[in-house]
Amino acid sequence: MSTFWSVWIIGLTSINLALIIWVLMANRKVAVDDQADPDDIKVTGHIYDGIEEYDNPLPKWWFQMFVITIVFTVVYLIIYPGMGGYKGLPIFDGKTWTSRGELARDQDIARASYVDSFGKYSDMTIEALAIDPKANKMGARLYSNNCAVCHGSDAGGNYGFPDLTDNDWLYGGSPEAIKHTLINGRQAQGMLAWGEVLGEEGVVNVAEYVMSLGGRDHDVAKAEAGKDVFATCAACHGADGKGSYAAGAPNLTDDIWLYGMGSITEPGATAKEIRQSIRNGRHGVMPAQKHKLRDDKIHLLTAYVYSLSLVEYSE
Amino acid sequence: MSSNLAAGDHPVYNYKVVRQFAIMTIVWGIVGMSVGVLLASQLAWPALNDFFQPYSHFGRLRPLHTNLVIFAFGGCALFATSYYVVQRTCQAKLWGGWLIPFTFWGWQLVMVLAAITLPQGMTSTKEYAELEWPIDILIALVWISYATVFFGTIVKRKTSHIYVANWFFGSFIITIALLHVVNSAAIPVTMFKSYSAYSGAMDAMIQWWYGHNAVGFFLTAGFLGMMYYFVPKQAGRPVYSYQLSIVHFWALSSLYIWAGAHHLHYSALPDWTQSLAMVMSLILLAPSWGGMINGIMTLSGAWHKLKTDPTLRFLVVSLSFYGMSTFEGPMMAIKTVNALSHNTDWTIGHVHSGALGWVAMISIGAIYHLIPVLFGRAKMYSVQLINTHFWLATIGTVIYIVALWVNGIMQGLMWRAFNDDGSLTYSFVESVVASHGGYVARAIGGAFFLSGMLIMAYNVYRTVSADETSDQESVTPSADPAAAAQTA
Repeated sequence: MSTFWSVWIIGLTSINLALIIWVLMANRKVAVDDQADPDDIKVTGHIYDGIEEYDNPLPKWWFQMFVITIVFTVVYLIIYPGMGGYKGLPIFDGKTWTSRGELARDQDIARASYVDSFGKYSDMTIEALAIDPKANKMGARLYSNNCAVCHGSDAGGNYGFPDLTDNDWLYGGSPEAIKHTLINGRQAQGMLAWGEVLGEEGVVNVAEYVMSLGGRDHDVAKAEAGKDVFATCAACHGADGKGSYAAGAPNLTDDIWLYGMGSITEPGATAKEIRQSIRNGRHGVMPAQKHKLRDDKIHLLTAYVYSLSLVEYSE
Repeated sequence: MSSNLAAGDHPVYNYKVVRQFAIMTIVWGIVGMSVGVLLASQLAWPALNDFFQPYSHFGRLRPLHTNLVIFAFGGCALFATSYYVVQRTCQAKLWGGWLIPFTFWGWQLVMVLAAITLPQGMTSTKEYAELEWPIDILIALVWISYATVFFGTIVKRKTSHIYVANWFFGSFIITIALLHVVNSAAIPVTMFKSYSAYSGAMDAMIQWWYGHNAVGFFLTAGFLGMMYYFVPKQAGRPVYSYQLSIVHFWALSSLYIWAGAHHLHYSALPDWTQSLAMVMSLILLAPSWGGMINGIMTLSGAWHKLKTDPTLRFLVVSLSFYGMSTFEGPMMAIKTVNALSHNTDWTIGHVHSGALGWVAMISIGAIYHLIPVLFGRAKMYSVQLINTHFWLATIGTVIYIVALWVNGIMQGLMWRAFNDDGSLTYSFVESVVASHGGYVARAIGGAFFLSGMLIMAYNVYRTVSADETSDQESVTPSADPAAAAQTA
């Protein structure tokens, strides 16, 4: 703050407070008896439309309340910033008070307290944590605050966001794979867009072949025509279409579809989404959490995500 | 009294414009509060947003509600009472010629335009100043005319001193002109779209400098002016303390202007600004209470009148709510308290304890006092209906503010609850679910208040349309304006 504005603020504040104190003191009459009969109290002599005004003094308790708030203000403005460029007294760990400083102090206190609550889980294995109720509860809260917005509060996924409860994985469901996903994120290498290479007829044929992989209704002739083209797809999805964790390529033979879960009951919807995937490609991204969440939190979160499909197993 | 004057017309004073504003106070009150009850119901039952989308959406109607209740209902009440009080206490006819009807018709046009543009989503997005720039210019013209008429009449006064009510009306008129012009400064893009002349934290600061002083001067100083005439007049008692009026007037007028930044605690606003806003808000407690003390103590020696006079009851209860909300306000401006209350329903409850309890109740009391005088009737059609209105309004206000206290404190506590692992205990939507009961209660409280206004409209209609020949005793000595005007 420049000196001018500092002086401006200090000046206006002081002048206003001084005027208030002056008006208050100048109108203070202490000699009038509070207990006097109301009718004996003098009136000012002004009459407006029949309204008169008594000459009563300021009520004592009111006057005192006024003075207390002014004293509080003066003390507050000495201790805390307020008077322009004046920063207050350096009595907060040797520094003057700032809102940033207060936030930093609060965060330090909080961080110190979290070492205990998270620290004890850092040495446990993911498999052990996944069946530990307390660790699971903490993992669930981390999930709600950080993951639920995309994967859903029930972890059931959404269009383009994988279901985390079905034990079907793009990049693997081992504790190590899940943790890797959380720490580094995943950037899908494909699905590449094949529309221009294959032409619309080629897209339709391959889509029909993919439909045939899971034993769904399909056009036999077109599927047969698409089978040869699928050799290209097999590089990632495998010759049997069962996918690959290394490539992040989904299994095409099951009934789990990352794109189109919501519309799966609609006739023809699955084939339409498959054609869309082949024609234009898909580029899913799981953002890396390593800059956002500490290691001990990711450890708990991994265990929680791992536990979600354990439940699926047991059922 | 000249025989060719209409009933209630005064040989000296201009009552026509007062009558117009008084009637429109009731009309706009009913319209604005109806929108309020609809909004409260939408929060409790969100399906009510959908009956006429997008115009019926909460986001479109909320600014309509605030504009109609503050500026249409409150504004008309202030115009009516200030025009009446300044004439009576200055013993001078309203000065200003055609400017006088211009303030009436201009202000009504502003409100009609608000009702047309806001539901269409035309908004400057500045709270309580949402109207777009062409309407802002009209407001400025009306307001300058208002100031000219008001101060012109003061200049023409036949009394030596200026009565305290006029200090407050004057302070309110000058400050609102300043606030409106500065805050509404904008660069027009089209007829219906403009952008604020300020940006970032400075825009926020200026917005809340305006926003809080709209409360401080429009909804407080202006209505204190109303209080200083109608309370002593209705009670028939002298004002309690002239000294107190002087001190609390100057303190209130000079301190309020600092307090706006308490709406921006814990924001990007510099620390020094937040500190000053907090301490100035705290000092405001005593000056605010000065008005309450002066009003309530004026009744000493006349308390028995409360038993029989529901109009006086409106005035006194409004002062109680005024005292309560001006205590609550400085407390909420303390940063530590604000950390809990900020952005919760507590704020809305606080505003309504002022808006329903203070602003609306004192206006209603003043209008009940005015209607018989303005229309040359002995009294209102039914005192019993005023009493019914009083209880509906009081109970409605209490239900409303208690519901939002509970909701607000609960929301504040839920939002700041942490588990020992540092995660939030509740998601936001859990606090919304927990608020549902309070939202239902709030809608009920609002409906109580609105139903009282409908009773008022009926009572006023019956009073105004009553056969005046059967009411000739109406010009009783105490209600006779001419006689009263000569007393000073």
